[in-house]
Amino acid sequence: MGAVRWIIYVVLLVGMIGALVWGYQEQQEKNAVLIKAENNYQRAFHDLSYRVDTLNEKIDTVLAMNAPDNVSPQMTDIWKITSEAKADVSQLPLTLVPFNKTEQFLNNIGEFAYRVSIRGLDDDPLSDDELNTLSQLQDQSNEIRRDLRTIQHEVLSEGVRWMDVEVMLATNEPREDSIINGLQTVERNAESYDTFDDSVGLSSAERGDKEIEIDGEEQTEEDIREIIRDYFELDQQAELVVTETGEGSVIPMYNASFDTEDLHGYAEITRQGGHVLSYLLSRDLDEANVSLHDGMNEAQQLLEDLDFDDVKMVESIQYDKVGVYEFVHEQDDILYYPDSIQVKVALDEGDIIGLTAKDYVFNEQTRTDREFEATLSEEEATEHVNQSLEVREQRLAVIENDLGEEVLTYEILGTIDSTTYRVFINADDGFEERVERLKQSEEVYS
Amino acid sequence: MRRKHQISKIIMILTLCVGIVAFLPEETSEGFSEQVIQKGATGDDVVELQSRLQYIGFYNGRIDGVYGWETYWAVRNFQEEFGLREVDGLVGDHTKDMLIRATEYDEQWIREQLNQGRDFTHYGEQGRQAPDDSGTQPPSGEGAPSQPPAEEGAPEQAPQPGQDEQADPGEQQPEGQEGTFDGDVPEVPEQEEAPEGEQGEAVNVPGGFSQNDIQLMAQAVYAEGRGEPYNGQVAIAGVILNRIEDPEFPDTISGIIFEPLAFEAVDDGQIYMEPNEQAREAVMDAINGWDPSGGATYYFNPDTATSDWIWSRPQIKRIGKHIFMN
Repeated sequence: MGAVRWIIYVVLLVGMIGALVWGYQEQQEKNAVLIKAENNYQRAFHDLSYRVDTLNEKIDTVLAMNAPDNVSPQMTDIWKITSEAKADVSQLPLTLVPFNKTEQFLNNIGEFAYRVSIRGLDDDPLSDDELNTLSQLQDQSNEIRRDLRTIQHEVLSEGVRWMDVEVMLATNEPREDSIINGLQTVERNAESYDTFDDSVGLSSAERGDKEIEIDGEEQTEEDIREIIRDYFELDQQAELVVTETGEGSVIPMYNASFDTEDLHGYAEITRQGGHVLSYLLSRDLDEANVSLHDGMNEAQQLLEDLDFDDVKMVESIQYDKVGVYEFVHEQDDILYYPDSIQVKVALDEGDIIGLTAKDYVFNEQTRTDREFEATLSEEEATEHVNQSLEVREQRLAVIENDLGEEVLTYEILGTIDSTTYRVFINADDGFEERVERLKQSEEVYS
Repeated sequence: MRRKHQISKIIMILTLCVGIVAFLPEETSEGFSEQVIQKGATGDDVVELQSRLQYIGFYNGRIDGVYGWETYWAVRNFQEEFGLREVDGLVGDHTKDMLIRATEYDEQWIREQLNQGRDFTHYGEQGRQAPDDSGTQPPSGEGAPSQPPAEEGAPEQAPQPGQDEQADPGEQQPEGQEGTFDGDVPEVPEQEEAPEGEQGEAVNVPGGFSQNDIQLMAQAVYAEGRGEPYNGQVAIAGVILNRIEDPEFPDTISGIIFEPLAFEAVDDGQIYMEPNEQAREAVMDAINGWDPSGGATYYFNPDTATSDWIWSRPQIKRIGKHIFMN
């Protein structure tokens, strides 16, 4: 009896020691992982403070500068630092903290610096307005710098851990924390500068004040149901849900989704006029046996039926069992790339399973400047292209350039060796607006 | 036991098939299905098109079954040099006829190379080049066809000397394959059309994205939007893409997906699950321009949302469990 009892004791003891050792090791490992995560946050945060500090200093320097030769490199530097600072922000658990005004600030500086540094400052020095903007940005950066340094000090002296902040944010505990409070101060201060960026056109160009106007009568939810049933030939059994968009939507629309036996569909319809702007049908697809070309004909037919008759196909791509086609608006032999329509065709039966014309309708409607005329001839435009590019095709096209403006360009397709490039040359002044290397296929990695 | 038996039976049948096909007379002229091949197409017809164009030196790129830009220029050059009425890059009946008359195509040999994932060329003059036959470089210089430009209804082109000695498909077949019936599955080249995903072939990818980007997005969409309606999944992918455009967010797909606390399913590791086909399709639709989210850069699940701030933003719409907003 005694022996058995002893054996049990020993076994239990060994088991307990084992559990302790195991638990200790687990604890150690968990700590190690936590420390690694914490270190990443700490690095990102300290980097951020440092960079905003440097940024502040750089802007100060530029304000004191005289020679344009010096300003350009400084601006390039500022641009680089802002993008690094943005990368730091994106590595911190700030998604749930209101921090977007500060991000916007970083973005404004970056945008400003970029625009200044790409233009020739010798001929076109900083204007008074721009200097004014710069000094406002300077003030703002000064404040953000100070706030961030304060938080940094607290983090360092009180040993605040970002991991705790993260947990707090993720679980929505009451937020009494020096980091969160500090960040809220940063944000509040950034907000007070919110007003200026419109005045110098810093905020991303919102084209035209022109409202999007859509023809037709206002539709009720019942009308929409009718339209959808008609359009997609649904019978009464089909399950159809219609909801209205909220205030965040560009224009008031209805969303419809429906399910039939073998099909799930969704569509967006304008409240004004009940136009179907976008839809997607999803069903199981069989092997492709309709060619990409026949699919294109189907797509063209559809657009014709929908009265989009001034469009031209610019791209067709086959993705296994579907063909996707991009059409753009064409008027007076000019292609309008911002006005695009995508059509998706199932290549098993050749039916249309998707359409989106939102870009076409929105951009076409809001275009204020419609007078595009080329001053350069085709030949003159080719002179502005890299000499080793063998020009193959050329046509006029309106694109949105780097600064968000619509410009008329010559779209030039050409090759250097076996690589195809697309170059957009401004049809007015020959500026090379954009150069793209065109690529379409990628080998299958396996 | 029984299963093993079955497997070896299948292997035997397959091997026999290979044997039989290898002894069929070489068919070179009856290629191409009836479709008009246009830029962006993929599949067997494109492989044939590229091979034939390469045979007469018009196409110097990889034979990968994707009608891309390089193929497009090759087709146009061909159409021009051979005096076809339309120089448009569309491969219709006339262009096909002309190609078939001017070139040869050894489908089986090409298939084999593709299935083995080899780098190879299919030039008429120097013969075919696979990596193991070391030898001359392919002729360079585009638009240097060996034949004079032919008018419509050109005379029949005699086969180029030299290519017949090489690579007769019958001899290409490894010998003694019938003997391998032990559990090891012998390499049986597929005789059916090779599905996409075979080595050596390529796929179309939307501009600016790699297959790996698409995979990563599909993982995010799957982890976040399993059980959501399909348009809800497209909308999630749309939000990721809208964030790329938005200056307040990182500029890369990975930067957006892995931003701390941005996506719940990333934080709890669900993103490492293998996505299903639907999630991939949703991502492709979003990349190709569909955005059911209505331009949203945020979405949240009102049942589990923990932040007050998120309620303060202008909402666009609700799809399934998610509210999308700016």
